[in-house]
Amino acid sequence: MITRRKLLKTGAATGLAMATPGLFAPAIAQGAKIRIGYVSPQSGPLAGFAESDAYNIESFLATSVGQNFEVIVKDSQSDPNRAAAVAKELIVDDEINLMIVASTPETTNPVATTCEAEGMPCISTKAPWQPWFIGQQGNPGDPASWQPFDFAFHYFWGLEDVIAVFLNMWNQIETNKQVGGLFPNDGDGNAWGDPNVGVGPGFAAQGYTLNDPGRYQNLNDDFSAQINAFKAANCDIVTGVVIPPDFTTFRNQALQQGYNPKIITVAKAILFPQSVEALGEAGHNLSSEVWWSAQHPFKSSVTGQSAGDLAADFTAKTGRPWTQPIGFVHSLFEVASNVMGRVDDPTDGEAVAAAIAATDVDTIVGKVAWNGAGVPDFAKTNVTKTPLVGGQWRRKEDGTFDLVIVDNKTAPEIPAASAMEALA
Amino acid sequence: MIWLDTVVQGVLLGGLYALFAAGLSLVFGIMRLVNLAHGDLIVASAFLILIVVETLGLNPFLAALVAAPALFALGWALQRFVLNRVLGKDILPPLLVTFGLSVALQNGMLELFSADSQRIAAGPLESASIDLGIVTVGTMPLLTFASAVLVIFLLNRLFYSTALGRAFRATSDDAVTASLMGINPKSVFAIATGLAMVIVTIAALYLGMRANFDPSVGPARLIYAFEAVIIGGLGSLWGTLIGGAIIGVAQTVGAQLNPEWQILAGHLAFLVVLILRPRGLFPRAVD
Repeated sequence: MITRRKLLKTGAATGLAMATPGLFAPAIAQGAKIRIGYVSPQSGPLAGFAESDAYNIESFLATSVGQNFEVIVKDSQSDPNRAAAVAKELIVDDEINLMIVASTPETTNPVATTCEAEGMPCISTKAPWQPWFIGQQGNPGDPASWQPFDFAFHYFWGLEDVIAVFLNMWNQIETNKQVGGLFPNDGDGNAWGDPNVGVGPGFAAQGYTLNDPGRYQNLNDDFSAQINAFKAANCDIVTGVVIPPDFTTFRNQALQQGYNPKIITVAKAILFPQSVEALGEAGHNLSSEVWWSAQHPFKSSVTGQSAGDLAADFTAKTGRPWTQPIGFVHSLFEVASNVMGRVDDPTDGEAVAAAIAATDVDTIVGKVAWNGAGVPDFAKTNVTKTPLVGGQWRRKEDGTFDLVIVDNKTAPEIPAASAMEALA
Repeated sequence: MIWLDTVVQGVLLGGLYALFAAGLSLVFGIMRLVNLAHGDLIVASAFLILIVVETLGLNPFLAALVAAPALFALGWALQRFVLNRVLGKDILPPLLVTFGLSVALQNGMLELFSADSQRIAAGPLESASIDLGIVTVGTMPLLTFASAVLVIFLLNRLFYSTALGRAFRATSDDAVTASLMGINPKSVFAIATGLAMVIVTIAALYLGMRANFDPSVGPARLIYAFEAVIIGGLGSLWGTLIGGAIIGVAQTVGAQLNPEWQILAGHLAFLVVLILRPRGLFPRAVD
């Protein structure tokens, strides 16, 4: 009689066990779909970043490449703890083959850390690489202790790119080079406002002085302290990384108090056209970094669409204006399908991770290849960068806004449509 | 000069907090109900005002006038059909119900209105200011403060000069005895919540004109509103206004020293008042 024990014993002896993976491999090739887990903040304060997710996933699954995939989506509810919990669910219960994750360090970091611990390959984007890489280290304060990751990979830009873009824009206009900084007490604000590794030293290298009154709490109702400090330092420029409600409060209070800087360049607050429209005339000529636009000269490797086609298709299907995240969510599926096309066994995490590291694909957001270009040595295995340029919101007659690229020195392949203009 | 400006801005900010707190104070004072959904109700009202502004093309102030009766009815129904059923000796059930309501409201609004940052447009009023010689004050914060004073003045008149106000006070002091005198506490509660929703409408109007709102911003300011109510003393409406002003001034003065101390300074002021006067500055009811 063959018992389980006997079978295992003889199986091991005859090499049956060794051959077992080989038995399963054809089954996958014959039809079982490759399972991709996707975590994004679909509800809560960060939900704007995930607005296009449903559209992106649906259009990816409709392509011929997409037929081979199953995408399991989980909502992080904009909560880092929840993000880690659903990542674990995807890995353990849904038995995914690859994790993709996007939108702010609050989502990408817990998911990437969970994947690294579980040996699940993970591709992440839409968070500056410093908060992503350094934020996941055991001791962010000690560069000597930083370790590269085996399974977690990230593509986006870094603080050095934002500094370069902001300076290029500011250099187009005559100012006294005094800069006021609005940095809240959150992950982004602390990273940007750090006196040693934040944006301050980068500005100083080109003669700009950063006046930073200190960290404030998000959803602040009063900015008179900051306005008084900026007035006292005679700041011609205001910058920062501010959430939309706070930026509106600041902008209105500054106007009420008669403080009119020549340039306001902020990240986050004016990312989405809806937030800029909410400002009305006070939104005209506000400037920001631009990571993707309908004018970017790139094409999708999956659908062949240009950036303009993708933006137009999104607007046609949903009736809403295009936003920067659309291109990046699309590119996540490009990279994921490209990686899976180069592995023999999607269930082999290490092989998938090796395939991610060897990626070299031209996506709708630019080239994605973990070749270490422009990234410091400690992060070069896990981080690669996509181009970043500067743009200004221009108000049209009907009260809607256009995002116009006004500086492309950092990425000349992306066309600039206009020159930087001072605020009225 | 900067310090004077700081204090003035703080008092004006206190007006906004008092407006957020007045509805809470009314409900808390009369039925000892801590409404955790208060912030979300403010955001929901702001969305309603926005809808009225966009569909009827009205001025935001007129739109609030249109929205107020609907919200009174909503508050009345909420109390009559939901909260009255859970009010009792145990304070936990109503707390849990309003907590659940808060979660449901946030997600319902997310479903209906998406996560977009919205704003009630007020045109040139948004950035207008009045130069008072030594300090410049924004027209909008000044209007907010004036509205808070007016709301509290009118509520006070209602409380101390009308039969309804007498019923409110009697129910607040002793619901059982009040019902022996022919007052139906449940219908008094329903009217009180309806009235609180009218105040919520006014708070929503200023919240929506002042800064962007989205479905998730409701709970953030609830804590300041609670503190204003507690500082002022249970049942005292003028106390709520003063409580709001104390927190506002503490915050702006703290921020002037260092923006990191802004929120902490408000909380510290609250703690100091609690230590010196545990029942608040002007307590009316005796519990």
